[in-house]
Amino acid sequence: MKDIPVIYVRNLVKKFGSFTANDGLDFEVYEGEIFGFLGANGAGKTTALRILSGLSKPTSGIVRVAGFDAGNEAEQIKRNIGYMSQRFSLYEDLTVKENIMLFGGIYGLRKREITGKTADLLSRLSFEEYGDRLIASLPPGLKQKLAFSVAVLHDPKIVFLDEPTGGVDPLTRRQFWELIYESASRGITVFVTTHYMDEAEYCDRISIMSEGRIVALDTPENLKKQYNAVSIDEVFVKIARSPEKIV
Amino acid sequence: MRTILFLIRKEFLQIFRDRMIGKAIFAVPLVQMLILVPAVTFEIREVKLCIIDMDMTSESRKLIGQLEGSTFFRVSHSTFSENEARNLLDKNRYDLILRIPGGFGRDIGNRNPAAIHASINAINATTAQLSWAYLNGVIHDYNLNIIADNPGSIATAGIIPRTEITNRFWYNENLVYSHYMLPGILAILVTAIGFLLAGLNLVKEKEAGTIEQINVTPIRKHQFITGKMVPFIIIGLFDLALGLALGKLVFRIPFEGSIGLFFLCAAIFMISVLGIALFISNFSSSQQQFMFVAYFFMMILILMSGIFTPFESMPSWAIKFNMANPMAYLIRINRMIMLKGSGFRDIYRDIASLAVLAVIFTAFAVRRYRKTA
Repeated sequence: MKDIPVIYVRNLVKKFGSFTANDGLDFEVYEGEIFGFLGANGAGKTTALRILSGLSKPTSGIVRVAGFDAGNEAEQIKRNIGYMSQRFSLYEDLTVKENIMLFGGIYGLRKREITGKTADLLSRLSFEEYGDRLIASLPPGLKQKLAFSVAVLHDPKIVFLDEPTGGVDPLTRRQFWELIYESASRGITVFVTTHYMDEAEYCDRISIMSEGRIVALDTPENLKKQYNAVSIDEVFVKIARSPEKIV
Repeated sequence: MRTILFLIRKEFLQIFRDRMIGKAIFAVPLVQMLILVPAVTFEIREVKLCIIDMDMTSESRKLIGQLEGSTFFRVSHSTFSENEARNLLDKNRYDLILRIPGGFGRDIGNRNPAAIHASINAINATTAQLSWAYLNGVIHDYNLNIIADNPGSIATAGIIPRTEITNRFWYNENLVYSHYMLPGILAILVTAIGFLLAGLNLVKEKEAGTIEQINVTPIRKHQFITGKMVPFIIIGLFDLALGLALGKLVFRIPFEGSIGLFFLCAAIFMISVLGIALFISNFSSSQQQFMFVAYFFMMILILMSGIFTPFESMPSWAIKFNMANPMAYLIRINRMIMLKGSGFRDIYRDIASLAVLAVIFTAFAVRRYRKTA
């Protein structure tokens, strides 16, 4: 299982005018992996994630996601992925059930399938009493868990999460990561960006980005060993202080 | 197809969950019809007339009497001071000053041509021209009276040979302006719905960020655009029906033609307007941007359409422009169907042109909508 790359990136470059957001990225992500994409704000994480999800076209380089090319097969990629952005993006003026129905329908699920999955999803999150509530009326933590569950509703091969736990309390973050583990155990590959260093410890492998480039990529354990650090936080600080040494 | 149904369902849920829009959909056609139809009129009643009678003879008084007798003029001031009269005209208090110079009665008595002088407030060119025409009509009658009163003036024959016109106004016999305006107002109504509701809806999704969640799904572009169009076509046609019912009940507007054809044309029109609106909203990243541009487009489409001014008297470039103005076709079609009872065969050219515009504008909207930037 571990040997099949579901995401394969070679020399990915993305330019906005004269600004280079991604400057020659190389990495691959394997099936069933939880892959953490770390970096300071503005390091180019979101740009790369949007390219991988087919929302943005690479300027150059090879980007293959679920076997399809991000340059000209973006729509096929979209069939095989789930996506949750840092901006919460379920419909605030629809109820929980209506949102699930809409996205289930867009991904081509049958109505009966959707009803079944809705009941399933609500009970798993202990959300039963919220089914007919408007999204706008839910607390942020619930919204985020729900958004994640909707993103994997159609059992995608890969789910992309862009800073999914921004502004959420530590307990909810823990619960959120339990959801991520559960999806990974179902065989869904998880690609997650974050700037919470403790979350990085939960990932199978992490890459650290700085100024548009990947400056470190390994398992959390190996990185800590390599940098002689006790936590990823420390690794990150060491890298940030002397970026030229690592490359 | 199923995807589109899910999208349409979602739009309707959102529209009717919005308290303001849910109500406005019913209120807007009512208010628009009740206010605009009776208020927007070209009819001119009561031109305020100021008279300077320097003559003070029975002839001049007869002329004034004739003016007073016309329903069109109201003689509301008489003065001997030209300065005062000019002043009042400057202040917009009077529309027309008629100066009857001394010697007017004498000239007529001597069977010489007599002169009077009119100064007309032409701030509104239409009113001024109409006032002038009506004044001419009254003077013409006055002249005929003089001739009748002086049988000897025409050598021997007692009868003056002249041409009399009798006329009949077709399709709107009593020249009721509301009958002329109402079909156009209905067109404005559906335009506003198409432009503002649908266009803003899409921009709102951009602002909220939900569009990104849609863009990352395998939804097809034409499905998305169809899902954005259909709900507003339905609402537009519903409001059209409401407006039409109101026109029938309150303004007793005639409806000579086929209702089905009328709604078919309105639906084609809505597709074209929605195409333009969605096209614009694809370029706008905020509701403010969209409103500003959409307002500009709506103004041009409406004012050039021939709803307020006759289409045919526009310069030729404007007539050419109107070939791409869906509003111009709909106004014409509406008036033809409602007032004239025109059938498909009479207006198929306009319908075909409208359909071509609908296809072109929708294609623009679909093409311009980018799921991958």
